[in-house]
Amino acid sequence: MSVKSFREALNEAFRQEMRRDPAVVLLGEDISGGMGSGGEQDAWGGVLGTTKGLMPEFGRERVLDTPISESAFIGAAAGAAATGLRPVAQLMFVDFFGVCGDQIVNQMAKFRYMFGGNATTPVVVRALCGAGLRAASQHSQMLYPVFTHFPGLKVVIPSSPYEAKGLMIQAIRDDDPVIFLEHKAMLDDTEEVPDEAYAIPFGEARTWRDGEDITVVAFGRMVQFARQSAEKLAGEGISCAVVDPRTTSPLDTETILNSVRKTGRLVIVDEAYPRCGMAADISSIVAEQAFDALKAPVLKVTPPHTPVPFSAPLEDAYVPSPAKVEAAVRHVMQADRLAGAA
Amino acid sequence: MTLMKLTKSQLLQAYRRMQTIRMFEERLHKEFATGEIPGFVHLYAGEETAAVGVCEHLTDADHIGSTHRGHGHCIAKGCDVMAMMKEIYGKRDGLCAGKGGSMHIADLSKGMLGANGIVGGGPPLACGAALTAKTNKTNGLAVAFFGDGGFNQGTTLESMNFARVHDLPVLFVLEDNGYAETTSSDWSIGGGDPVRRAEGFGIPGIRVDGHDFFAVYAAAKEAVEAIRSGSGPQFIHIEFTRYYGHFEGDAMTYRPPGEVKEERAFLDCLKFFRARVTQGGILTGEQLDEIDDEVEALISTAVAGAKAAPLPVEADLTTNVYLNY
Ligand SMILES: Cc1ncc(C[n+]2csc(CCOP(=O)(O)OP(=O)(O)O)c2C)c(N)n1
Ligand SMILES: [Mg+2]
Repeated sequence: MSVKSFREALNEAFRQEMRRDPAVVLLGEDISGGMGSGGEQDAWGGVLGTTKGLMPEFGRERVLDTPISESAFIGAAAGAAATGLRPVAQLMFVDFFGVCGDQIVNQMAKFRYMFGGNATTPVVVRALCGAGLRAASQHSQMLYPVFTHFPGLKVVIPSSPYEAKGLMIQAIRDDDPVIFLEHKAMLDDTEEVPDEAYAIPFGEARTWRDGEDITVVAFGRMVQFARQSAEKLAGEGISCAVVDPRTTSPLDTETILNSVRKTGRLVIVDEAYPRCGMAADISSIVAEQAFDALKAPVLKVTPPHTPVPFSAPLEDAYVPSPAKVEAAVRHVMQADRLAGAA
Repeated sequence: MTLMKLTKSQLLQAYRRMQTIRMFEERLHKEFATGEIPGFVHLYAGEETAAVGVCEHLTDADHIGSTHRGHGHCIAKGCDVMAMMKEIYGKRDGLCAGKGGSMHIADLSKGMLGANGIVGGGPPLACGAALTAKTNKTNGLAVAFFGDGGFNQGTTLESMNFARVHDLPVLFVLEDNGYAETTSSDWSIGGGDPVRRAEGFGIPGIRVDGHDFFAVYAAAKEAVEAIRSGSGPQFIHIEFTRYYGHFEGDAMTYRPPGEVKEERAFLDCLKFFRARVTQGGILTGEQLDEIDDEVEALISTAVAGAKAAPLPVEADLTTNVYLNY
C-alpha cells in the first residue's frame, strides 16, 4: 500500500497487466511520444502522462503510437481483440469518439451478438472525460450515457485512484469491450492504493457512506462532491448514503434500490447532459421498482441542456458542485417535510 | 515569383498581417505563463506565411476551415484582433461571447468557419462552404487548413475525394510544421510524399517552402486562380516549423535541442520578408518598423482591453443552444 495519484494508479495497472499477459498492447496518439522525432523518446507518455515509462519497458511493439486516425486504430483495436490480442486503445479525449463512433458502437459492441456468440472482443477504449479545465465544448464532455445506451459495451467511470487501478485491471481482463473514462480533473488526486494487482468486479456499486435519510447516487468526480456534501450535511443532522455505481453498464440496481428502500429519498448527481442520461435512467428504475418506498420526488443534479462552455464563470455554473448537491438534498428533505405537514 | 507582382500596399498589408499574428502569439505566450489565460492555447508563430500567403487571395465571401491552431487563420481572414483576444480571455464581448475560447474562434461574417477542437473537423466543413459557392455560382471558394497530423484523419482524406468527384472549389492547405503533438510528420505521413498523396486523389498539388512568404503567396495565387476558373480542388503542402510547444506548457523534449533556435535565427519568415523587400529597395526598414510599432500597440491595447473586459454572466449559460426551442 502506498499513496498514489490517479495517474500513477492507472500506470501501475497497465504495467502489471502487461507483465502478466503478453497479449496486452497499448495503442494511441502520443501514448509514448517522440515517434520519428530527433528528441526524447517516451516524451509524453500520453497527453496527460498516464502511460509514461511503459514504452521503455515493453517496447514500441507493445506500446504503439498512432497517426491521428481514430477510426483506423480504434477499429484495429477491435479487430485485434477479436483475433487474439488484448488491446487498450486510448481515444485521447472522449469527445473524439465522434470520429470513430462506428467502430465502437456498430463494430466492437455488436460482434458477439450479431455473430451468435462466436466472437470475443476483449478491448478497452480509454479516454479522458469531464469538464473543469476550461477546455470548452469539444474537450470537456461526459459521455458515459452515450456508450451505456449501446448493448454490448461495458462502461466504467472510476471515482478515485484506488477505484481506477482495480477497475482498469478488471477492464483489461474482461472479455467484453469496455469503455473506460478517466476524469481529467482527477488525475492528480491521491490516495492509498495497494501495490499488488487487484480487480474490482463490474456491476458492483461501492457504498462510500451509509446513511439513513437520503441516498445520493453519483458518478466519477461527482462521487467526490457527493462525499463532501454528505460530510457537511451530517453536521446538520442529515444522514446521506453515497452510492457510486462504478460502472454504468452493467449497473448495480440492487444496491441503489436497497439504499432507496432504506432512506426513501434519492438525489442523483450526474456530470453528463441531463437528457437521456444516467440520472434519468436511475430515476426510472427507482420509479418502477421502489415507488412505494419514496417519501419525496427524486431530484437530479446535472448540468443544463447546453454544450460545455469555455469561460470560467460559465463552466463553473455548468458543472454540478458540492453546493448544488447540498441544496438538492435539503430541497428533497424539505419537500418531504412539506408533504408530511400537508 | 518576383516581388514586383505585389504592389507596395499589398506588401505592407501582408507584412502587417504576419507581424500581427507573430506579436499576438508571442504576447499570448508571455501572458499564458502568468496563469491568467484559461484552457488550451496552441500558438501559430512560425507558420505565418501559410495563413497570410493564402488568405491574401481571398475575400470575405470566401470561406476557410481552420484548426486548433487557429489564431493565425483568424487574423489573416480579418477577424477583429481585440475581439479575438477577449475571446481567449473568456470575456463576454469576445468574438464568441466567451463560450468558445482559443480553440473555437469563428467569425462567419468574415468567412472564418471556426478554429476547431477536432483534428480533421475542418476539411468537410470547407467542402460544404465550397458546395454553397458552387451551387450559388458565387465564384467563391473555400480553403481547408489542416496540419500534418490532420492529413492522416479519415475526414480529410474523404473530403479530398469528395471535393474531387464533385469538382468543388476547395483549396487543401497542408500546414506541415514537422509535428503532430510529439509525433514527427516524417513518420506519420505514410508514403512520405503528401503531394503524391493528393495526386492519388486526382488533385494537383505543389510543395512550398513555408519560410518564404513569396513562395507560398505565389503557389496560393496560382491555385486560387485555377479554382476560380473551374479546376476543382487544389492542394498545397507548406513546410515550416512551429516555434512553441504543441500547446502552451509543453516542454518540447521530443524535439532535438536547438531546433527552434536555429529556425528562428536562419529561417524566420518575417526576417526573410524584411530582407527581401528592403534589399530590393521596394520598401524601407523604417516603413516596416512603423508597422511593428503599430502592431505592438494594437496587441497591447487588445490585451489590456481583454483583461479589463467583463466576464459572461450566469444567464448566458443557456443562451444560443438553439435559435428557438
Ligand atoms: C480527432 C482528434 N484527435 C486528436 C486530437 C488531439 N490533438 C489535438 S492537436 C493534435 C495534433 C495535431 O497535429 P497537426 O495536425 O500536425 O497540427 P499542429 O498541432 O501541428 O498544428 C492532436 C493529436 C484532437 N483534438 N482531435
Ligand atoms: Mg503539425
